[in-house]
Amino acid sequence: MAVVTNFRPPLINFVVPMVALLVAIVGFFVGLTHLNGIIGLLIGAAIGGAVAYIIGNYIPVKWQGVLATAIAFGIGGYMLAGTIGLFTAGLFGAFVGHTVYWLSSGQYRRNVPIYSTSGQVLWHNTFRLGVCGFIFFFLIAPIIIIIPLSFNAQDFFTFTKEMLALDPKGYSLKHYADFLTNSSWTEAVKNSFIIAPIATLLATTFGTLAAIGLSQSHVPFRRSIMAMLISPMIVPLIVSATGMYFFYSDVGKFFTDTVGLSLGFVGYAKVILAHAALGTPFVIITVTATLVGFDKSLTRAAANMGANPVTTFFRIQMPLIIPGVVSGALFAFITSFDEVVVVLFLGSAAQKTLPWQMFTGLREQISPTILAAATLMVAISIVLLTVLEMLRRRSERLRGLTPA
Amino acid sequence: MVDQTASNSQLQAQDNVSLLTTHDGQPLKKSLAKALRREKLRALLLIAPLLLFIFLTFILPIADMLMRSVENDIVSNTLPQAVVELQAWDPQSGELPPESAYVALAADLKIAVKEKIHTRLGSRLNYDKAGMSGLFRKTGREMRKFDDNQPAKDQFISFDKDWGEIETFTVIRRLSPNYTDSYFLSSVDRERTSLGVQMKPENEQIYIKLFIRTIMMSILITLSCVLLGYPVAYLLATLPTKSSNMLLILVLLPFWTSLLVRTSAWKVLLQQQGVINDLLVWIGIIADDNRLVMINNMTGTIIAMTHILLPFMILPLYSVMKTISPSFVRASKSMGATDWTTFWKIYFPNTIPGIGAGSILVFILAIGYYITPELVGGTSGVFISNRIAYHISSSLNWGLAAALGAILLFLVLALYWVYDRIVGIDNVKLG
Repeated sequence: MAVVTNFRPPLINFVVPMVALLVAIVGFFVGLTHLNGIIGLLIGAAIGGAVAYIIGNYIPVKWQGVLATAIAFGIGGYMLAGTIGLFTAGLFGAFVGHTVYWLSSGQYRRNVPIYSTSGQVLWHNTFRLGVCGFIFFFLIAPIIIIIPLSFNAQDFFTFTKEMLALDPKGYSLKHYADFLTNSSWTEAVKNSFIIAPIATLLATTFGTLAAIGLSQSHVPFRRSIMAMLISPMIVPLIVSATGMYFFYSDVGKFFTDTVGLSLGFVGYAKVILAHAALGTPFVIITVTATLVGFDKSLTRAAANMGANPVTTFFRIQMPLIIPGVVSGALFAFITSFDEVVVVLFLGSAAQKTLPWQMFTGLREQISPTILAAATLMVAISIVLLTVLEMLRRRSERLRGLTPA
Repeated sequence: MVDQTASNSQLQAQDNVSLLTTHDGQPLKKSLAKALRREKLRALLLIAPLLLFIFLTFILPIADMLMRSVENDIVSNTLPQAVVELQAWDPQSGELPPESAYVALAADLKIAVKEKIHTRLGSRLNYDKAGMSGLFRKTGREMRKFDDNQPAKDQFISFDKDWGEIETFTVIRRLSPNYTDSYFLSSVDRERTSLGVQMKPENEQIYIKLFIRTIMMSILITLSCVLLGYPVAYLLATLPTKSSNMLLILVLLPFWTSLLVRTSAWKVLLQQQGVINDLLVWIGIIADDNRLVMINNMTGTIIAMTHILLPFMILPLYSVMKTISPSFVRASKSMGATDWTTFWKIYFPNTIPGIGAGSILVFILAIGYYITPELVGGTSGVFISNRIAYHISSSLNWGLAAALGAILLFLVLALYWVYDRIVGIDNVKLG
């Protein structure tokens, strides 16, 4: 796919109408909100055409052109809709400026074969920017949108007028303050951070051992064992929770009434054991995947040079499979940290976790503190994702694979 | 597999030269078998802790649930003597049970009232015949007045005239065995009457409808996931590694974000005073008094669940598409096929395993969903899981909850078996 460097599409016949069309569509919607769609459409087309013509003829340096359009659009937006207009129109202006250069320099044909027809080029770009752009927007936008909403000064689940005008009065940290001080939320956070790490530890220890066992060459009933160990992941959560609800309450009663353990301890133990069971399949899958690429001759070499099995495991095998173990542990952690159904069924109010608190909050529509909690949880998932990505790269480097 | 055939051929080789011995004089074959046994034992020892753990914490509870869906010892435990007497009675005879049955019933009920378990029996029988709960509660209050020297039958009928109905005893007799299929019958909207197994009255039929709705909505969600996931997976598979890794993060971020966070985001977006409606009103596409209802109905459930399950479709599709050699497409084009023909005849058939894997995965996950339908589904968008949760926490009809759960479990296991045939559980990849 060669980069077409010397190809320059005609300015008047191609770039100007395309940019005019783009601005006209946006102008139509701006016109709708102000007075009339058609007038907005015409004004938009005129502005777009003019911008493309001026840039194409007089401003060859890209950043200058982009900046100029951004400023011009921003001023226009400010006159129409105030501060928020300044920012959105400014951003849109920068986008229009960028589009002009993208079109006029022929970059839009960069990833298609040189012999492609204009129809193919159009489809190629519509697919990438339109279709896929929309789907990515669908995936990400809902998660992003709750972040600004969590700073709402009002108890609404939507943007207020002050927020849209970027008025500082429209924003506040009060939902975060509530999250950090309200005892039902702090208790929930505490419980989540008690339950999830212990469940992760259990799941990772058992899971790693079993994965090493399963990866040996002669395991009788390998398929059935694997199916049984993976089953917590396959069985719908509601079914697992139903089964556990009956069984654990009977067993729990036995331990509190007959053995004499405290109610609180048994309550936590029930949830932790259940979560550990739900987390193990992820550990097994990730560790097994790491072991598949494991070069067995390394352990033989170690044994050959006199290392005993324990030394071989800790000095040779462990460092190589540790990325798989850690990413399995992360999966187990998020499974427990995120889990609602089982806690809801097994736990009592004393074991209320963060997702449980969010669930009741959402069902009863109480306060936007949920959004503050959600924003913090998004931050946690970004951290987890980053760690996981780093581990993946490390694992590939260690095993001498080219980054894939 | 490879290892096994290798070791088999090794063993065969041993057979041919069976005189070989190890340095301590043992036949090599024996020594090898011993080593193999030791290796198997070591592998099993490593697996054993988890196997035991999963068995105790997971398999046993599921087995317990399956037992509960057919278990029914409450009648025979609460009314042990009456149950024996009623076995001798023929409900088809058109006559009430003999006096001895009433005497036995009185003896049983006295004990039950003392232990305060007669109301529990009443509510159990109420699942099969309305009014039984009230009958037992009322009779329990009246039992103090029971006189052993008077005819038992007349006294019972004076307590409540339902004791003079044949139907009352038919129900008790029918439910007296320790195991029952009545929960399973109710979970497919059927009941056992004196005329055999029949459909319940029209207005009480909910479960079949709910199962069908659950399956239909899961299919719809799976289809929309394929529709949205396919282009993205294609883009990721065809872009250079560096940019596809960047875009992959946009898929993995929702995957790693809490389910509750994503559900609350959709609640915020879709509600009538929410962001999407506000935006549409502001642009002027819809009138302020005519806001779209997108939440607490099927639409809400489908949109939110498609968003939540989309990564589970994209990731398997992507891993399959990555293995398709670009030279297939180039070869097809060089032989004169158009873009569409190339896609439809060459590329698409190669991606079908990915579509299958992703679809089954999404479908299995969707069919058992509880949280999202509960929060954004209203009444028309709920799944069978919501009904199970309702029976567990509100109506306390645990046997029915267990039976519904068992049906759902078998449905998913069947699909899982198909998945295992197509993809193989060993090939499940994460992240």
